[in-house]
Order: sequence, then structure tokens, then C-alpha cells
Amino acid sequence: MSSISLRQIKKSFGALTILHSVDMEIDKGEFIVILGPSGCGKSTLLNVIAGLDACDEGQIVIEGKDVSGLEPSERGLAMVFQSYALFPAMTVRRNLSFGMEIAGTPKATVVEKVAWVAKLLQIEALLDRKPAQLSGGQRQRVAIGRALVRSSSICLFDEPLSNLDAKLRAETRVELKQLHETLGSTMIYVTHDQIEAMTMADRVAVMHKGKVEQFAHPQSIYEKPASLFVAGFVGSPAMNFIDGRLDGSGRFLTGDIAIGTDAYAFEERQPSGEIVLGIRCEDVTVVDRGAPESIPASLAFTELLGADALGWFDCLGKRLSVRLGIKAARSMRKEVGLRFDMSKASLFSRASERRL
Amino acid sequence: MTSVVARRQPAFGPRAARIGLYVFLAVSAIFFLLPLLLVIMNSLKPMEEIRQGNLLALPINPNFDAWVSAWQSACTGLDCAGVRPGLWNSIKITIPSVVISTLAGALNGYALGQWKSRHANMIMLLVTVGLFIPYQAMLYPTVKILSNVGLFRTYAGIVFVHVIYGLPYTTLLFRNFYVGIPDEISRAARMEGARFLRTFWSIILPISTNILVVVAILQFTGIWNDYLLGLIFAGNDNLPMTVQLTNIVGNSRGAANPNVNMAAALITAIPTLVVYFLSGRYFVRGIAAGAVKG
Repeated sequence: MSSISLRQIKKSFGALTILHSVDMEIDKGEFIVILGPSGCGKSTLLNVIAGLDACDEGQIVIEGKDVSGLEPSERGLAMVFQSYALFPAMTVRRNLSFGMEIAGTPKATVVEKVAWVAKLLQIEALLDRKPAQLSGGQRQRVAIGRALVRSSSICLFDEPLSNLDAKLRAETRVELKQLHETLGSTMIYVTHDQIEAMTMADRVAVMHKGKVEQFAHPQSIYEKPASLFVAGFVGSPAMNFIDGRLDGSGRFLTGDIAIGTDAYAFEERQPSGEIVLGIRCEDVTVVDRGAPESIPASLAFTELLGADALGWFDCLGKRLSVRLGIKAARSMRKEVGLRFDMSKASLFSRASERRL
Repeated sequence: MTSVVARRQPAFGPRAARIGLYVFLAVSAIFFLLPLLLVIMNSLKPMEEIRQGNLLALPINPNFDAWVSAWQSACTGLDCAGVRPGLWNSIKITIPSVVISTLAGALNGYALGQWKSRHANMIMLLVTVGLFIPYQAMLYPTVKILSNVGLFRTYAGIVFVHVIYGLPYTTLLFRNFYVGIPDEISRAARMEGARFLRTFWSIILPISTNILVVVAILQFTGIWNDYLLGLIFAGNDNLPMTVQLTNIVGNSRGAANPNVNMAAALITAIPTLVVYFLSGRYFVRGIAAGAVKG
């Protein structure tokens, strides 16, 4: 049984539609990342799930119960906010116990739970401090603690790491993932950072303009993006795109070059017309100019990244990135040919921008 | 302030700028304190010295006779009991009016700050309009309304009037303070199961100390120094000190006693002075916070 199901959630503010019919089924214990650029509606979706914003249409079912009309605290979920939102006048201890205090939890249980969560997150030494006396990382821990202390089975995170510095962010990412494995609770995590999405998620929902473009395992989002937007948004450097057209015999034509698509697994039968070919930088190999099935290209510049390098080539009026070994990058000639691994490429319809 | 002046004009030398600043501050202080000083000096003079007509002379035989008279025996119309009866009236009018108008303003301000819609802005605008309409224009309707509900010239009536007339001001100040507090705090409280009033009481009020003090002081001085509303709405049994002060000063029976008048004015002003001295720091801090965030 799924832990959370969202059915045709719609939300607008005035004339501005933020969410166009979002559907999602989330299993118990899954770590779900909602990924998207700012303004795509991901935080609104989280607030709708939490109950902080009401949706205009649609249904939210949590563990078999329709909670659409319920207050946040009655939905049995907890939330970590981007700015942490600790209660400034209260000590860390009271920040942790406040929710249970309101719920009328017996004193002994409250003490026990606060002790448990303080130990889990190693914030025992901070319990009697006020939020103003904590560092950013410590506040972050307290905020997570406040969400976990009531042992809600569902935890929502609204860009919780975006206010931390890079090193702390990487550490907290790993800790959160471990925490998820220890506790086994369902987590929904909103971010615009694709590294967080790729490393933490069991499944990623990529959102764009109020719609879920793709909801899948992070690796398949990377390898088989369902739309042009997903392909361009996920991955660094961005996927290379080449405009062209598909002829009747299944060849990709661009300029005066034809590339066979036999190796490509089409999802539709016999598509044709205007299409976009997408290829990741690691799926392009550099060959001699004029080699069969290759496209002429000339080197613009190379970037050394430490472990490997990126070569930027001018090709068919576009600039394409190619991942290279350090040695190869150093001795790269100017005029070369590029060969695409079509089994790993992605083809999109120009009109619908969906994967073919 | 000093550092700003010093930083902006390094050419004159920071020391010279600093000395200039202190001279300016000292002159301003003297300018504003001089009238107070004169009132204090003359309240300590016996009538013979007053009659010599030199307002600026120091008292030769300073004594508190005028103060004693102002406190308990100066005539306010028919009664000759000084301002003493008014003190208790002023206290019992001011304290509940300040407490209620401040807390109600805080609640109002928080509610309006939380309510994100065009209606909320509309209501805030209407509240602000209330600030610009002079009291005098509202007196007659207020009198009519209060006498219809039987509160005209009663204790409850005067407190009610002070609270109502204070609300636009307190609401505006609190609302401007609360829009500067991140929304996520209220949302987090809601996630924890706290409803509106609980959030306000347990989370928002404890972080509002500065603004609470500022608003309470402004309301205290306003209500304590009020004359017009007290005269009209309090009724004869509840007349505040300010009304009695005016009666002493304006009493046409017998000779004028400027020393007694000045002593009575000082006695009436003491509570507000004490409040300012005790809370001056909060006051400045809160005004600055409100100014930046409003």
C-alpha cells in the first residue's frame, strides 16, 4: 500500500496556476526528492501535502485516509523548513518538546523522546541554549530533531540544506540518508540541487511549470530523461542537443549528415518529423576526421577538472561538450570527428518535447 | 551616530567632529531642558519671590510649600483638595487602557500580518485612516454611541474610549513589526499543532518585547497626558489628574499662584518621566526596529 498518494492536485494563486494536476504515488519508507528550478511549484506542492496551503482541487491520501481537509498537525507528518524556523524565545529543549506539549503527551514520554532525538542527532550539549546561540549547522540539526521527535512516519523537507556551506551540506546529506535508513520513515525532500537529488533519492520527481515531468529512479532520470526539460535540467554539464529530423528509414538527418538510429530503443513505433537528439558528454567519442558514422568537429577549448576533462567542440553550428581523459585532452588535435553512442542517446519530438 | 559622523568627515579629524557633536548635543539638551528647569525653580519659590517678577532668578528660600499645596489643598473649582484625588483616577484609567490597547493591538497586528490577501491590505488601510482623523471629529458620534449603551461618563466608558482610539496606532506599529518576522515560524508552529492564539501567545509574544515596551510607553504617555477624553467621557467621579491640573491653573477664584500651578504640573508629569527614564533604552531600540522594518 502506498504511504502517500496525490490525486490530481491543482493549485492557483489568483490567475497564476502553480500546480496543474499533480499525481504521485509514494511507497512507505521511500526517500522522494522533488527537483526543479525555482518557481516550478515544488515548494507549493510540499506545502499542499503538509496542509499549510489548501489545494483547489484534488485529493491527498495518507496511509489510506483522505486528509485533504485536515489541519497539518492532524495529518501525522513533520516538516523541516528552509530557514529552520526554530522558535526564537524557546530553548532547544522546548523547541523539541513544544509539539508534544500541545498534543498533551505525558511528561515522562516527552523527556524520553527529547533525550532519544538529542542523542540521535548529537545535540545533547545544546539543549539549554536558545536558537540565537547556535551555529547554522546546529540549528539545522535542531530543526531536523524537531521534525523527528514526534516520530511521525512521514517527514517533509523544504530545501533544508540550502543555507549551509558546501562542506557542511555534503556531510549533512550523508547523515540524512543514513537517518532515513535507520528510521525507515517516508521522506519527501524538495530541492533545486541535482546532486542532492541524485545521491539521496530512491525516486526523483522532476517538476517544471507546475507539472511532474518525470517520476523515476535517479539513474533512469539521468539516462532516459522523459522530456527535453528533464534532459536539460539534470546533469552537469547539460546534455548536448542537436536539432534535426527523422526520415522514413529511421535515420537522423542534420545538415548533410545522416546518423543511423538502429541502436536506439524507440518508445514509439515509427516516429518521424522534426526531432531533437540529446547526447551526454560521456557518450561521445573523439575519432579521426572522416571516420565512418562520425560528424566533423573542431576543438574550441578544453577544461581540466582534475579527475577528467571536458572538451568543447564546435560542431553543426553548436558547441558540444565531450568528456575526455586528462591525457587525451592535453594532446587533442583541432580538427576531429565525433561519434555518438546512439544506444545511450535520447531522442525527443520537437513538437511535444517528449521522449520518442 | 557618532561613528557615522566621524567616518564621513575624516578631513576634519575624528576628534574635532566628535567635539562638535557633543557641543551640539549639549546645546540641544539645554534648549529642551531649560523650560523644565524654570518650572522646577519657580515651583520651589514662595509667593513673595514670584511677585518680584524675575522668572529666571534662583529661589532664595527654596521650599516645598507650593508642592504641598498643589498636592492636597489647591482649589479645583469648588473642591480644594489639590491634584491628589486625580492621581488614583489617572492610574486606574491608564493601566487597563494601556494593557488592553497594547495587547489587542498586538493580536490585531499579528492577525493582519498573517492574513495574506487583498482584503487584509484594505482593512489595514482603513485602520490607518483612523490615525488621520482627529479625535475632535469623532467626539460627537462617540458620545452618542456611548450614551446609547449607557457607558457615557462611566469608568468603563473612558477605558473603552482610550482602547478604541489607541487601536489604530497600536495595530499599525505591531503589524509593521510582525511583517518582519519570517512566516515560516508561524508555519512551523502550525505543523507542531499550535492554533492561532497558541502561536501568538507562546511564540510570537515572547519575541515582541521591544515593540511591546515601545507601544506601551507611547500609549502610557498618550493616555496619561490626555485631557480632552478624560474631561468628556470619564464622569465627575473619575476625572484624571490632567483635568484637575487644568482646573487649578484655570481657577479664577482668588489670586493666581504660579508656583502652585507649576508644582501641580510637575506632580502630574512625574509618572511619564519615570516611565521614560526606566525604559529609555528599549524605547530607542524599538523605534529603530520599527523604523527599519516598517
